[in-house]
Amino acid sequence: MFVINCPYCGERDQQEFKAGGEAHIERPKQPTELSDDEWAEYLFMRKNIKGVQYERWNHAHGCRKWFNMVRDTSNDEIKAIYKMGEKPPSI
Amino acid sequence: MSENLRVKSSQYIDETTRVSFKFNGTTYYGFKGDTLSSALLANNVHLVGRSFKYHRPRGIMTSGSEEPNAIVQINPNTNRTEPNVRATEVEIYEGMEASSQNCWPSVNFDIGGINNFLSPFFPAGFYYKTFMWPASFWEKYEYFIRHSAGLGKSPTLKDPDIYDHKNIHCDVLVVGAGISGILAAKNAAKNNYKTLLLDEKNELGGSTIYENNESNKVDNKISSEWLKKEIEELKNIKNLEIKTRTSVAAYHQYNYLLARENLTDHLEKKYKTNKIRQRLLKIRAKKVILATGALERPMVFNNNDRPGIMLSSAIKKYSDFYGVACGRKIVFFTNNDSAYESALSLNDKGIKVEAVVDIRKQSETNLEKRVIDAGVKIYWEHTVVDTSGYKRLNNVSIMKLSNDGTSVTGNKISISCDCLGVAGGWTPAVHLYTQSGSKLTFDEDKKIFIPNKNNSDQISVGSCCGDFKLDEIFKNLNEKLKDFLDITETDFEKITVNNDQEISKRNIWLLPSDKVLGKTKPFVDYQNDATAKDIKLALREGFRSIEHVKRYTTTGMGTDQGKLGNMHALGIIADTAGVKMGELGTTTFRPPYTPLTFGTIVGRNVGKFFDIFRRTPMNDWHVEQKAEFENVGQWKRAWYYPINGETMHQAVQRESKAARGSSGILDASTLGKIDIQGSDASEFLNRVYTNAWSKLGIGKCRYGLMLNEDGMVYDDGVTTRLGENHYLMTTTTGGAANVLGKLEDYLQTEWPELDVYLTSVTDQFATASLCGPNSKKILKKIIPDLDLSDENFPHMSFKEAKIGSIVCRIMRISFTGEQSFEINVQASYGKDLWDKCIEAGKEFNITPYGTETMHLLRAEKGFIIVGQDTDGTMTPIDLQMDWIVSKKKYDFIGKRSLYRSDTMREDRKQLVGLLTEDPEVVLEEGAQIVSELDKKPVEMLGHVTSSYFSPNLNKSIALAVVRGGKDMMGKKLFIPMEDKTINVTVSNPVFFDQTNERLNA
Ligand SMILES: [Zn+2]
Repeated sequence: MFVINCPYCGERDQQEFKAGGEAHIERPKQPTELSDDEWAEYLFMRKNIKGVQYERWNHAHGCRKWFNMVRDTSNDEIKAIYKMGEKPPSI
Repeated sequence: MSENLRVKSSQYIDETTRVSFKFNGTTYYGFKGDTLSSALLANNVHLVGRSFKYHRPRGIMTSGSEEPNAIVQINPNTNRTEPNVRATEVEIYEGMEASSQNCWPSVNFDIGGINNFLSPFFPAGFYYKTFMWPASFWEKYEYFIRHSAGLGKSPTLKDPDIYDHKNIHCDVLVVGAGISGILAAKNAAKNNYKTLLLDEKNELGGSTIYENNESNKVDNKISSEWLKKEIEELKNIKNLEIKTRTSVAAYHQYNYLLARENLTDHLEKKYKTNKIRQRLLKIRAKKVILATGALERPMVFNNNDRPGIMLSSAIKKYSDFYGVACGRKIVFFTNNDSAYESALSLNDKGIKVEAVVDIRKQSETNLEKRVIDAGVKIYWEHTVVDTSGYKRLNNVSIMKLSNDGTSVTGNKISISCDCLGVAGGWTPAVHLYTQSGSKLTFDEDKKIFIPNKNNSDQISVGSCCGDFKLDEIFKNLNEKLKDFLDITETDFEKITVNNDQEISKRNIWLLPSDKVLGKTKPFVDYQNDATAKDIKLALREGFRSIEHVKRYTTTGMGTDQGKLGNMHALGIIADTAGVKMGELGTTTFRPPYTPLTFGTIVGRNVGKFFDIFRRTPMNDWHVEQKAEFENVGQWKRAWYYPINGETMHQAVQRESKAARGSSGILDASTLGKIDIQGSDASEFLNRVYTNAWSKLGIGKCRYGLMLNEDGMVYDDGVTTRLGENHYLMTTTTGGAANVLGKLEDYLQTEWPELDVYLTSVTDQFATASLCGPNSKKILKKIIPDLDLSDENFPHMSFKEAKIGSIVCRIMRISFTGEQSFEINVQASYGKDLWDKCIEAGKEFNITPYGTETMHLLRAEKGFIIVGQDTDGTMTPIDLQMDWIVSKKKYDFIGKRSLYRSDTMREDRKQLVGLLTEDPEVVLEEGAQIVSELDKKPVEMLGHVTSSYFSPNLNKSIALAVVRGGKDMMGKKLFIPMEDKTINVTVSNPVFFDQTNERLNA
């Protein structure tokens, strides 16, 4: 059970949060102009890395804000947390 | 029976308080402070159970939570019974009963014991192999295995006890209150860390507290005397909380630990009532100090499992702590010095030690000299090759070890004894350490796994990190604490410590016998009856990974997780396969460290507190009317209102007729409601719904369908435009929270430029839905000055009005196909609104109806229920709802997916109506639909999603999803059931009032 440092509320227990999958997958601005394969790439393809992974998290039972997290999935170390729209740190 | 092996008063046992208890039906006596095992041993009872597979007689082996054999059922056949309790942990109290497990008819005569003689038929992987042999054999094995295997009996009566959960936050958590843990906790607390010290035992001090070895001295006092003074000082330290009888079950990442605090298990029945029995502590610690100690290893030799064969350290504890002799003629068998400490300790108390058998070559240390001086014979470089005594050890045979330790030579010497203390060295208790994600390394010299790479802010101190001697414990603890706690000195760093020096130990994982291995029984895992032979067989059969060998042989798979035997299993694998133990790696230790009761895990969340539930403001009225309820998400919704003993079918038929015949009323408060405001609210709705919203007039309502990005229907509901930049969205009852979450996600992450604010108002409004041809008349009576004409208040529009001084929002919308008005008021007025509707509706026979009738009425109209007629694989096109998908809008959630090749397939499952050939036959929801009965394999076309007997049409109707169903109108299909085949015809899913005349009637 992690302790997560919400960028808006501070440190809270993991049970207040919801994981939201891989981060930095932007919804295409013009979906109708994409081929089936390109759309499928956005829709279905997600990484599942053993190691450093960029993820979306939501403080569902708190401020309800979404933010990004860099987590090492091999030992669950949270390496960075940053707000939506901010540039991802290089780890 | 009344033998007494109590040898000397112990300060930990209250000999003034005699406690009577029953074991396997016989009454025994012990003293307050005894565990079940110490009390049994004091009565010379060693035989306590039968082994799992061979049903071999087994005795008490240890004095702690690592016990593999002495697993008992406490208070059998009562409401407080508990299976799989370790006799070495449970404290006796007046009137306690316990019985052996896994033996029938009794521990002394066990039918399953025949398995012992059949053991060649139970090799490694026996259970797996039974699965692979001819399938028809399995039923026979199953009968046999189920009757002879299995541990305790689970309780069948309601648990009378209370369980609790508690969250704890601390700066420093110290696990284990032996000498290392006590010094660590004391120094942490003294340096202003809020400290919590836990120990699974009822006394502090670990094994040092009963130490009486003259040569182990701290500050020139015997170590136990010095430690007692330290413990006394703990009382005066602020910042320090101590919990005994508290066992840490799990250590998760980020220093989150779960511990079970045992509060009443040691108390007499009369003191247990209305008290919390066990408490689960959920601890979040900034720093963790593990001082979990070490477990003594047994040794693996032929017939090493007889009652009377115990760990050397356990014999010492029973004698020094409980004042109990484990036998009258004791032999020790060792590969290190600790057996000599036990031997000396027993000798001091006048317990006869016959001999020490040591596999090491002769050495001369102070310790050994004292043992020789005490008149004990030492057999150097000898090993036990066999033991005898079926229900109690009576003899050990020893022989001289060859130089390389792989065989035995010379004559067999026989030593008569009734107890054998085995000392195979010490294994650091690193279970919690590895649970935390931290990594071990193998110390080839000491043959132990020790902590290496910590995964959180933690340290391991004392013997759990491989420091076994007092002087090294003090020295390393001092250095580690200063660094970990960021302090300049500890309060013990200047204290002098003296102890015996250890001579090197000799490690032989599998000791040889004069018999070939195949004819011996050297047990590695006592609880699961896995022998060294089984492990070697698994390797011969090609297993290499330690995790595979473990599962195949069941080594380490018992309730004790192989605390005693895992290292031997690894050692035997390494020796046999010719690899280094460090390269093999260790198996994974999983929580809980010791088993937890279900009561502790669920705490207070039992009975009506099992899950939270939500009630509408009108709930009391439904209860008064004796409505039946159904769970919808967390809501308790009125399901139907039976009167005069009606069945559900009868009630629903009556309610359905009344709603279309005159008037019905439904509590619709549970529908999700989201208030949407902002200058971009219309644009936002355009993006989240499939249809267009910009042109919806103020005061108008529109039905919307929401998709997932994959094009599949996600939710639906009516949204009302309350103002230029203000909408009220309704969602399905079960989907409300998820819809809000999804909308927030898009707003925050994809469209942050939109000026839109979302607020859940589900709980703020109560909703009564008036339905039927007389609904308008009833509403007119309640609000006389509201113009209800179709011109002023047409279908799909909204009015704000007042009932007295209560403001209400009224939507003329319909889920039943009848003229309907949904009246929303502030939740606190919900019951008042409901009462007014019922009162005004009396002359029209207003009939309350529940969710079942609502479902029936909408099915008559072919309206879908998301989640019942859809399952996350249905597009709007599949639902034949093309009309709601805007062709003009550039984009909305899921739009692109509707043009994927897969979603455009003609042969997708599509929503259709089904009519049965016999109108009386009602289909089963979920029933499979086929087109050809004779063709094998039968091709499944789809299934029935909703099915009812329609009282308004007087026939059976159903909705179904059928592959290519859109083009099957009028086609005959079949529904094969267990006892018959039902003929059906595909129809329009709208069964009733297809032209919607009733909405304006
Ligand atoms: Zn937050």
